[in-house]
Amino acid sequence: MPRHDDETIERLEEMSRTLRRHVIEMTCEAGSGHPGGSLSAAEIVTALFFHVMRHDPKNPTWEERDRFVLSKGHVAPVYYAALAEAGYFPVEELATLRKLGSRLQGHPSYGRLPGVEMSTGSLGQGMSVANGMALAARLDGAEHRIFCLTGDGEMQSGQNWEAGMLAAHYKLNNLVVFLDRNRLQIVGDTEDVMSLEPLADKWRAFGWNVLEIEGHDIRQILEACEKAEKLTGPVMIIANTVKGKGVTFMEGVCDFHGRCCTADERERALAELEVEE
Amino acid sequence: MKNVSQRSYFGKALVELGNRREDVVVLDADLCSSTKTGDFAAAHPERFFQMGIAEQNMMGTAAGLAASGKIVYASTFAVFATGRCWDQIRQSIAYPEMNVKVVSTHCGISVGGDGASHQALEDVSLMRSLPNMTVISPADAEEAYKATLAMAEWDGPCYMRMGRADFPLVTKEEDEFRIGKASVLKKGKDVSIVATGQMVALALDAARALKEEGINAEVINMSTIKPLDTETLAASLAKTRCAVTAEEHSIIGGLGSAVAEYMAESGGHLLLRVGVRDTFGESGTPEELMEKYGLTAEDIAIAARKVIAGNTKKRKGFLWRK
Repeated sequence: MPRHDDETIERLEEMSRTLRRHVIEMTCEAGSGHPGGSLSAAEIVTALFFHVMRHDPKNPTWEERDRFVLSKGHVAPVYYAALAEAGYFPVEELATLRKLGSRLQGHPSYGRLPGVEMSTGSLGQGMSVANGMALAARLDGAEHRIFCLTGDGEMQSGQNWEAGMLAAHYKLNNLVVFLDRNRLQIVGDTEDVMSLEPLADKWRAFGWNVLEIEGHDIRQILEACEKAEKLTGPVMIIANTVKGKGVTFMEGVCDFHGRCCTADERERALAELEVEE
Repeated sequence: MKNVSQRSYFGKALVELGNRREDVVVLDADLCSSTKTGDFAAAHPERFFQMGIAEQNMMGTAAGLAASGKIVYASTFAVFATGRCWDQIRQSIAYPEMNVKVVSTHCGISVGGDGASHQALEDVSLMRSLPNMTVISPADAEEAYKATLAMAEWDGPCYMRMGRADFPLVTKEEDEFRIGKASVLKKGKDVSIVATGQMVALALDAARALKEEGINAEVINMSTIKPLDTETLAASLAKTRCAVTAEEHSIIGGLGSAVAEYMAESGGHLLLRVGVRDTFGESGTPEELMEKYGLTAEDIAIAARKVIAGNTKKRKGFLWRK
């Protein structure tokens, strides 16, 4: 399905590197934050905000916009980076992350920052919110789609499965959930902490369409979103990713779930993330 | 006084609201026959969504609908609505200030036979502590009807509690109801009896009994617990200089606490609280339970006598004992 030309893919790959650099810089400036899961979700967030979703940063409350709910609210850095680069607010403001009086709260806060559709941070709640948005769109006869990004660790929370039942029961065609399957949570490997597998089978059993992709492959993400549009019922895109992706020494390292780089690590990370000319 | 079900008036109000407004949506968690949201389901089926026994998802879904411009009434029993999904209400409704109206039935000990598991005595405490949350506790069915309509015009999260049993009508159809505004149902000068929910009717009974003893009690219907109408309270306390609160709720965190907080920070008049004294309930008839757990008109009258006596005895050894 060579629908997406190389130029588009390259542009998006470059943007994902830009978002990654922001993530490193923002969390270092803040002195805390969650870089690991931000890096694993960089391509998904890039593809959604810079290609897939219909939205207008100059008109954040445009009624026909596609909605995005960040259920894994702790990866606010990559979300904010995308919103800033898309034009919702000045890129310079990224440096205020987690600081007193900032619109960039440690976890997304609705009503403060343009583009943020819901306050999140207490895991396991985003899919329910997305359900509500999908039901509202259906009631209004609106065409827009609802995208939700969840972590894999948060699938241990029961509310997701309640939400999953509802979406299947009401056959929510306008709902697409990305599951960032980076396999790591704070304490360790998800399968050691509280095993999730077989995750795809579980969602199929719950009545969902399940697509499995490489979550760092922009082309696969775009194709999955197109395929999702043609399917009947809610779609779960399980994106296999690597926590800390893009910075060699952060990849697959649990510690970087919730700690920022040291000054030295920051330089090494940014050097790796230089935009290729 | 005629006994009428708050729930049935809530159901009627929802239907009326649905007739008036296209943006009203109702969610239920398998209890619509008890909470009476079933009336709305019958009248406006396209705007009624059954959530199943999944209250946490119900609150999140309500938030998503509200984020899309809907006015959402999410209704179930109080123990589930406020206890099971407190975090969902906090995170997805109160914090982002979503226009969701959480409406509970089966509040208080008068739930009866179902026992402690189903008798919400902590719901006001849970909801009152949430920033952005308005807490409404109508005295009777008339107020439940008006409050249901008023919440739709009130921009932001609300919590409303109702009982299971039929309560005496203490207000009239023509009476004004405003969120955040208490009403003085009987004027007096010796003690302020501040009551909410079905305890308002009992407070009026207590005031009649006290009158025969020459005690002139003022009865305030505090139908909104948050924001507390401190203006009405202050005006009353200026006359009476002592108060009794009465609620079908724990004395911890509810109306009694709200009034105590205000009084302690505004001059410290004497106060006694009538409510459930930090214990769970049990099965029994509503009447038996109200009696056993100290929620009768006589309990209010005893507290009133005691608080007046405490005031005259310069507060020596002032303790709440029957």
